[in-house]
Amino acid sequence: MEWEAVIGLEVHVSLSTNTKLFSGTASIFGAEPNTEANIFDLAMPGTLPVLNKEALRMAVKFGLAIDAEIGKRSVFDRKNYFYPDLPKGYQVTQLDFPTVGKGSLTITLEDGSERQIGVTRAHIEENAGKSLHEDFHGMSGIDLNRSGEPLLEIVSEPEIRNAKEAVAYLKKLHVIVRYLDISDAIMAQGSMRCDVNVSIRPKGSTELGTRTELKNINSFRFVEKAINSEIQRQQYVLEDGGTVIQETRRYDAERDTSSPMRSKEFANDYRYFPEPDLLPVEIDDTYIEAIRATLPELPDAKSARFVSEYGLSDYDAGVLTATREMAEYFETVARSSGDAKMAANWVTGDLQAALNKNNWDLAESPIQAERLTRLIQRIKDDTISGKIGKTVFEAMLEDGSDVDQIIDSRGLKQVTDSGAIESLVDEVITNHPEQVQQFRDGKEAVLGFLVGQAMKLSQGKANPGQVNQLLREKMQ
Amino acid sequence: MAFDKTEVEKVAQLARLHISDIEKDEVTGRIKDILALIDEMQSVDTDAVAPLAHPLDMTQRLREDDVTESNRRDELQQLAPEVEAGLYLVPKVIE
Repeated sequence: MEWEAVIGLEVHVSLSTNTKLFSGTASIFGAEPNTEANIFDLAMPGTLPVLNKEALRMAVKFGLAIDAEIGKRSVFDRKNYFYPDLPKGYQVTQLDFPTVGKGSLTITLEDGSERQIGVTRAHIEENAGKSLHEDFHGMSGIDLNRSGEPLLEIVSEPEIRNAKEAVAYLKKLHVIVRYLDISDAIMAQGSMRCDVNVSIRPKGSTELGTRTELKNINSFRFVEKAINSEIQRQQYVLEDGGTVIQETRRYDAERDTSSPMRSKEFANDYRYFPEPDLLPVEIDDTYIEAIRATLPELPDAKSARFVSEYGLSDYDAGVLTATREMAEYFETVARSSGDAKMAANWVTGDLQAALNKNNWDLAESPIQAERLTRLIQRIKDDTISGKIGKTVFEAMLEDGSDVDQIIDSRGLKQVTDSGAIESLVDEVITNHPEQVQQFRDGKEAVLGFLVGQAMKLSQGKANPGQVNQLLREKMQ
Repeated sequence: MAFDKTEVEKVAQLARLHISDIEKDEVTGRIKDILALIDEMQSVDTDAVAPLAHPLDMTQRLREDDVTESNRRDELQQLAPEVEAGLYLVPKVIE
């Protein structure tokens, strides 16, 4: 039988506010354990929550970016369960009236085709702390730094059909929240997390199968692997005449398998009720429109504009808009150098390679936009050849001084002096009588070889156009 | 909905409340009364009434995203029975 998967994603994004969702405690990743855990976050008696303005603004901004309905009245609820890293015994979340309602986003698949995936809702909630289960002589260690950190939980419609689409959806969310500057969304640090609901059904069926929920997935690659492994598992169960049990499973990336979580680790009945310590949040059109006005150009629109405005290929435009920083870098170089194609080649080629090789963020690159612009200008005005440009680029990675100074001090300036080029050409003609004869006999292709020899002699510094022309003239 | 002692036990378990057998019967009876009252209220026509999320007719005040708290870990950890490496220690929660 042919099966079809039905997949829905619940993505948690931690909002990059300065402080927690309901308290003025700092909320910065990587602090010493419990140094960002105050009386509010420890749920000391008598503490009361006050909603962070920024968290609300960021949620609304996200909603507008995915064309979602914005809840003008949102209500917080308590989700009750007991776990040591949740000192209050409940998580404050939004159940019936989330800040962000139905929206959608477009994913691009590997073959270039596009699909629209619905977003059911996105609600604001607080994070729990972290439990460490190793090395505490039989006890668990609790770090409450994350406790009360603002999260946006983005719930997709069950419209995703395979693991690749799930990854594409996740990547799209990742790039959108980063463009919006509302989260770092670093999966390895937990600032973007993903739970996956998977069920399968006979292809063509409209009924939904029993679903399982996979937790603990912390990289794009594992999302794909975890989903494929779960689809496979459900197929075996069903083809074996068994039934899939609705349960929560923990994915183990090392063994590429999942196992059911013990029921103690989660309760199915959270006994939700409206949070009496918080009043309903009301926002109006003026507020919403003011946020809409701050929306940046989003990746899809930017990519389309790069294609039409700069004549880039879809592929290059996609690569250059992968992050907002990269797109802005490219655009600065393209505009100030006046050569978008060259800018795109340098950015997607040598620059990207240098970033990968050195494991740098763009911001850490010793070659910022102004320096790359200068390099391109020097190639365009024939100070250096394109080939020498690569040498200069390599030198610029090591040497922070001015581009012109690097070219001068290393003697990389292109030789355009016709006397010097003439002597080069004469030398090549003398050294390669055979090829010269072949050219004279009409074998045009040999010219390339001879130009190459002259360039080699000049250590790449001769102007190839001039060499070409002079060789031709001399061999006539 | 048939409400009996099993439901009371389930809710007590979820809320981590210990209720003795004698209390169970009493609590079951009291909750039944409350549910009967709710059943009666269900018959009221509320189509034109918006759900009430909070008894106060006010909206939430918002807080500026400024850090107002300082690190008080040492002081706060004095209250904990056991701490190590800055962590609060609790009985092991998973095997």
